[in-house]
Amino acid sequence: MSEVQTTSGSAGTPGSAGTSGHPRTSAVGTVIRSANTERAGALIGYLPVGFPNLEQSIDAAVALVENGVDVLELGLPYSDPVMDGPVIQKATQTALENGFRLRDAFTAVEAIRGRVDAPILLMTYYNPVVQYGIERFANDLVSAGGAGLITPDLTVDSGAEWITASDRTGLDRVFLTAPTSTDERLKLAIDNSRGFVYVVSTMGVTGARNDVDAAARTLVDRLRANGLETDGSSGACVGIGISTGDQVAEVLAYADGAIVGSALVRALADDGVAGVGRVAAALAAGTSR
Amino acid sequence: MTTHLRDEQGPFFGEFGGRFMPESLIAALDEISVAYEEAKSDPTFAAELAELHRTYTGRPSIITEAPRFGEYAGGARIILKREDLNHTGSHKINNVLGQALLARRIGKTRLIAETGAGQHGVATATAAALFGMKCVVYMGEVDTERQALNVARMRLLGAEVIPVTTGTRTLKDALNEAFRDWVSNVEDTHYLLGTVAGPHPFPVMVRDFHKIIGEEAREQVLDLTGALPDAVVACVGGGSNAIGIFHAFLDDPDVKLYGYEAAGDGVDTLRHAATITMGRPGVLHGSRSYMLQDADGQTLDSHSISAGLDYPGVGPEHAWLSSIGRATYLPITDAQAMSAFRLLCQTEGIIPAIESAHALAGALELGRELGPDATILVSLSGRGDKDVETAGRYFGVLDEQALTAATLEQNALDGNALDPNELTEGAIEVDELDRDAAHGLGTER
Repeated sequence: MSEVQTTSGSAGTPGSAGTSGHPRTSAVGTVIRSANTERAGALIGYLPVGFPNLEQSIDAAVALVENGVDVLELGLPYSDPVMDGPVIQKATQTALENGFRLRDAFTAVEAIRGRVDAPILLMTYYNPVVQYGIERFANDLVSAGGAGLITPDLTVDSGAEWITASDRTGLDRVFLTAPTSTDERLKLAIDNSRGFVYVVSTMGVTGARNDVDAAARTLVDRLRANGLETDGSSGACVGIGISTGDQVAEVLAYADGAIVGSALVRALADDGVAGVGRVAAALAAGTSR
Repeated sequence: MTTHLRDEQGPFFGEFGGRFMPESLIAALDEISVAYEEAKSDPTFAAELAELHRTYTGRPSIITEAPRFGEYAGGARIILKREDLNHTGSHKINNVLGQALLARRIGKTRLIAETGAGQHGVATATAAALFGMKCVVYMGEVDTERQALNVARMRLLGAEVIPVTTGTRTLKDALNEAFRDWVSNVEDTHYLLGTVAGPHPFPVMVRDFHKIIGEEAREQVLDLTGALPDAVVACVGGGSNAIGIFHAFLDDPDVKLYGYEAAGDGVDTLRHAATITMGRPGVLHGSRSYMLQDADGQTLDSHSISAGLDYPGVGPEHAWLSSIGRATYLPITDAQAMSAFRLLCQTEGIIPAIESAHALAGALELGRELGPDATILVSLSGRGDKDVETAGRYFGVLDEQALTAATLEQNALDGNALDPNELTEGAIEVDELDRDAAHGLGTER
């Protein structure tokens, strides 16, 4: 048993980011900053690796970038995705049934980076990383040209090993914040995130919603009040429920980035690579000033 | 060995446990942790729960000696802790009443739960009715089919039962769906988790609500025999009844503790739920423990004839007790469990839950090992009413008139039908039982 958990599960063990001497510049942070300078903000697009198959998931990710997505969030299919709604569950289940393996994620990152320049974050539940080996996972992600991880079921207070590995390698780490997070926990996420802080817009799982909750605006305000700098290395990017260009524009009025997932996955499922490109372009229209 | 194994309060048990959960649920988990700590030191809470157990659950549950059954266990003295006699038919009510009281204390008006066999769902629906709360129970579609009676019971009690059609459509997916509901409705909803798994504080809190099983049984066995038992045995899925009966004995080093996992078709096949026996450490449903998983960390399907044990994870305190050698976890196949099930029915007049039959099968094996001087305390965690159809089919003893041609054909295909003569005789001779039990256990009596 090599993975010995060293942290307590209770709150109150804040580490601070970037203390080990690796360069603080984050490609994701840089892209988000310039998107905020040149336009209303950044568009972050999610797609699962391996859906509908590995090759088309690579093509679809490339199509997102070619149609205005600034940062890619590639989801790793997992058997027990507790934060995901039905659209993403169905897609990742299909990917697993089609034989998705973890190593495919690195193949995909390398292939996409060979074709387009956008930084790529992997969104993954924790157990696959633990089983692959946290240090090995970090090394292979760096080798493939990946930017870092978004960890939906790993919080700062449980994430000491990942924080160590990402400090060693300089990978970005995006922690989530929710409307129910205390100020203390917001500070923990701000201090330890690199790339951006993920703002969970509403209490719920992933999936398109007609109204992106007013809770998102309040949460972004609270993040800024707790020290998140607009032009710092970590912006506030809002996800969950965003599915139209108008919603992107609405979110970018107060946040640094908008994250879209289920709407893209549905477009890919229904209309293939060309379809997902069209939806990405419509969403990207929301980033103009 | 330390003498204070009973003092572990989490969030970690050695390297196991923790709280690997979405940020959206951390506030709710903190709220429960704080409320539970307050409740623990509030005599009113303890008194309220004790009164409910006395007047509603039917506690203390009795112990029953099982001498005729014991003859098949090497003559060992077998003592059953009768959690099957609790209101709602299993140990599950202990935890449910505790958590429901806590939920009411923190102002929640809606209870949600996952259920496998349906026992936890029934208990939760019962508490919701008792306290005037709304109740939604998530149950894998596969389980709603094999435990249809419990689905009806929950609905009669006013609960909404939602069949879960995602993933493998069993208990683990019911947990996923309950977590998703909780993320969306955390303001008014308490997730009444039914086992000693999940994120902190559930493993500790659920254990504490069940440790009354062992506390009562320890005194009862002392009163009856003048000594502690040589061994305490229980079935282990998530492990709630097992930790409940083990806990009072953790610091009695001479008392051996055995947890029996569901080996399904056998641990040499892919169809089993023997998590500690065959799994390795990983993170599932919020805590680090043993789990059944592939090389990539994807959770594997589990299998057991018993829906309540059909779970690819196990509570972190069990993983820890195994890792330090305090408790031993062994596999029991479907066939072994069903032989023990029938043996208890026909030697003692008690129909056990198929889950509990795994503990009984373990006791048969252990008794033959320890011999006639040994005393073995068995957690009879639930009654078998819910399993009558499954067992009736398994043994081919359902009323012939009531059996459709299709069912008979299915039994024949499954190889479960016994000698047709038994159908007409209506009873199975004990000699024959003995052969079956001995065969199932691979041990000559």
